[in-house]
Amino acid sequence: MNNTPILEMKNITKEFPGVKALDNVSFAVKRGEIHCLVGENGAGKSTLMKILSGVYPHGQYDGDIIFNGETQQFRNIRDSENVGISIIYQELALIPDMSVYENIFLGHEISNGPLINWNETIKQSTAMLKKVNLDVNPAVQVKTLGVGKQQLVEIAKALSKDVQLLILDEPTSALNEDDVDNLLDLLRALRQQGVTCIMITHKLKEVMSVADTVTVIRDGQTICTIDAHTEELSEQIIIKNMVGRAIDNIYPKRDHQRSTEVVLEVDNWTVFDRTRGRNILKNVSFNLKKGEIIGFAGLMGSGRTELALSIFGNPENYTLVDGQIRLNGEPKKFNHPHDAIRAGIAYVSEDRKKNGLILTQDVRQNISLANLNELAHQTVIDENQEVNVANKYKDSLNIKTPNIDQTVGHLSGGNQQKVSLAKWLFVKPDILILDEPTRGIDVGAKFEIYTIMNQLVEQGLSIIMISSELPEVLGMSDRIYIVSAGEITGELPIEEATQERIMHLATRN
Amino acid sequence: MNIKDLQRVLQENIREYGMFIALFVIWTAFAILTDGIFISSRNISNLLNQSGYIAVLGIGMTLIIVIRHIDLSVGFLAGFMGALAAIAMASWEWPVFVVIPVILLLGALLGLIPGFLVAQMRIPAFVATLAGFLIYRGAILVVTQRTGTIIIANDAFNAIGNGYIPDLPVSFLPETHKLTLIVGILAIIFYIFNEIKGRRTKQAYNFEVLSNEIFALKLIFVSLIMGGMTWVLSGYNGMSWTVVIMLLVVGIYHFITNRTVLGRHIYAVGGNPEAAELSGINVKKITYIVFAQMGMLAALSGILFASRLQSATTTAGTLFELDAIAAAFVGGVSAAGGVGKVTGALIGALVMASLTSGMNLMSIDISYQYIVRGIILAAAVIFDVATRNS
Repeated sequence: MNNTPILEMKNITKEFPGVKALDNVSFAVKRGEIHCLVGENGAGKSTLMKILSGVYPHGQYDGDIIFNGETQQFRNIRDSENVGISIIYQELALIPDMSVYENIFLGHEISNGPLINWNETIKQSTAMLKKVNLDVNPAVQVKTLGVGKQQLVEIAKALSKDVQLLILDEPTSALNEDDVDNLLDLLRALRQQGVTCIMITHKLKEVMSVADTVTVIRDGQTICTIDAHTEELSEQIIIKNMVGRAIDNIYPKRDHQRSTEVVLEVDNWTVFDRTRGRNILKNVSFNLKKGEIIGFAGLMGSGRTELALSIFGNPENYTLVDGQIRLNGEPKKFNHPHDAIRAGIAYVSEDRKKNGLILTQDVRQNISLANLNELAHQTVIDENQEVNVANKYKDSLNIKTPNIDQTVGHLSGGNQQKVSLAKWLFVKPDILILDEPTRGIDVGAKFEIYTIMNQLVEQGLSIIMISSELPEVLGMSDRIYIVSAGEITGELPIEEATQERIMHLATRN
Repeated sequence: MNIKDLQRVLQENIREYGMFIALFVIWTAFAILTDGIFISSRNISNLLNQSGYIAVLGIGMTLIIVIRHIDLSVGFLAGFMGALAAIAMASWEWPVFVVIPVILLLGALLGLIPGFLVAQMRIPAFVATLAGFLIYRGAILVVTQRTGTIIIANDAFNAIGNGYIPDLPVSFLPETHKLTLIVGILAIIFYIFNEIKGRRTKQAYNFEVLSNEIFALKLIFVSLIMGGMTWVLSGYNGMSWTVVIMLLVVGIYHFITNRTVLGRHIYAVGGNPEAAELSGINVKKITYIVFAQMGMLAALSGILFASRLQSATTTAGTLFELDAIAAAFVGGVSAAGGVGKVTGALIGALVMASLTSGMNLMSIDISYQYIVRGIILAAAVIFDVATRNS
């Protein structure tokens, strides 16, 4: 292995109005390694990568980028791509209605003059797909592929540009365990072929599994760079550097509830999905007791979100074929989320930007949205009371925002999640459904969310938590249901649950 | 007084004040270019009366655009409603106080049709209302086929677009319209009283409020503008019924959009329909309501226009929808949804009407007038986008 670094970023400083996002950061990547970049949300990882890929052009920051021994001054993304740097963002940048091969060569089409050479495009796409071990027809539309496969198409696209340095921004946040393993295997294979890779991730298990080198960034500064082959590396060490303190257990302790009072019972829940033309849930039965947290574990796409949405009365695309809900023993049917909310159920969406928040509105308006009637006299909103409510939740959930008039689109992920949670706590539910409550938020904010969850169940709420992170399911639940391909394949009390048993049940169908 | 504070307050609210400033600049410019004719009582009065039927359409259109749709049918719907009103009075001899509510109700009902197509059938609003555009255009021609232009002989109806509120029968201040003055003064008192009351409540809750000086400055500034407008209007025939209707509509809509649950729900649906649905808001219902109110305002616009012309013509409503859309965008509505104020649409309509009026006074050829209005529309939206991103 050649020991000169392929990339050096020296003394990078980047300021936004009022904030120093990066403060004199230096960062070096060796040729042919997998370099993991970790840090809490807002630490500056994404900003650093945006500078590297030319999103923030030369002149908008201080410091030097040296790539392949030459100082680079990227004016835009195209400049960085031309020297062999490719970045794949968390949100995939594929055109869903175009075919795989059109997507792979989008922006650098193979052409004779103005005409695209489709035959050559298809031929080369096939070769690229082979490189990433993706066995699909290059002519299919991207939208028919799962997230994991789409990610591979993105990588194939990067490879088609003769990439030397591949940057992946949280590539696994939307993938299930199998797809994650696939992806990590692929990264190892690419390393063999000489592709250098920078991976930004929150998942320390993955870091431990693939990283050659780890760099930790905190508050816009490089905290440390650890060589995994020569120095001691553990999740504890990384976490300690990320948060600046040691967190022994990120799941706060709570006495497991043994109440026998059943608040919610769902029987034989069978749901037909009109867009997919099949039953996505088959005879699902479960119950929830007062003051309990039940975890729904399973692979991505196993039907957990659909289960939550169909119970919550979201009619979109789903038809209830069979099944019954009993709330405190009484049969109920919800035709619209409105009915479910009135009955004391709240659903915090897994996708806070798409389904949770009104990004154009401020913190105050988002918090009050689902329960405006409580603030209104004859439908006229009492804004002063609304301000009080918003401030109350801002303080109690420790939402970090200059004030409640801040547009939520400008808040960090963790704080957006807290606003989303505040909105649903304000409807004063008895049952709270949390769908991936900590996706894409940092360790510190996670700990706060877990603490809030514990406080809520102590106050007598009951929580259904859907999570794809097994440690989270194991750390927070009193009981665990495992869902696989639309069916419940197992129920485990927390004492009997292990990661292995859950995975075994989750992959049974 | 702290100039820095004032600067900060202005900067934070530049988007809100921007349109008022633009209108002020346009009026000042035309006042100079026309040697003051532009700001004469007579011209301002005419200008307000001319913008009435576009302003009410623009207000409705703002809400349509806020929920991420568009309505191209409102121009000819207005024309059609005006024609029906004329026929109801001329041929069926219905009394005017029956005709107006019936036409408004009919407009709201017709608005439910695109509402149904968009909410229930999921047809793009552009297409659904383009169909309406063609249908209503044909409908106008059908109902006016035998008669051509229908003359309206009803004085009460025609007063809506041409008449002014009556004056007090006193000889005091002969050259001015006393009732207009009194209404204006009452409005200023009401405004000041309301602002002070709101500020007191906020202080009682320990909320941050504007500093005393800036608050006083704001009160004086707004009062001066209101007073000035009142004075100008009272110098001619006083306040017209069109202005009264326009102010009522904008007042009611401002209240609904800012203070009520319905208003908040409309903006939530515009900002993120999926999130709104999951928050228990019935997005379909909101879509129906917004299209229905648009239909009702289209009917009102038709009444205002027919009354102003004292007749229903075969071409009534032509291009109204595009003027209304322009007014809404000049007024700061965002095509991305969820953002935009109804007061903005009123100002937008006034800006566009002022351009026409001012350029007419300067005898600028109509061809250049279109070009200038196009540039102003683009500039307004550029300003809006630029200040939104910063």
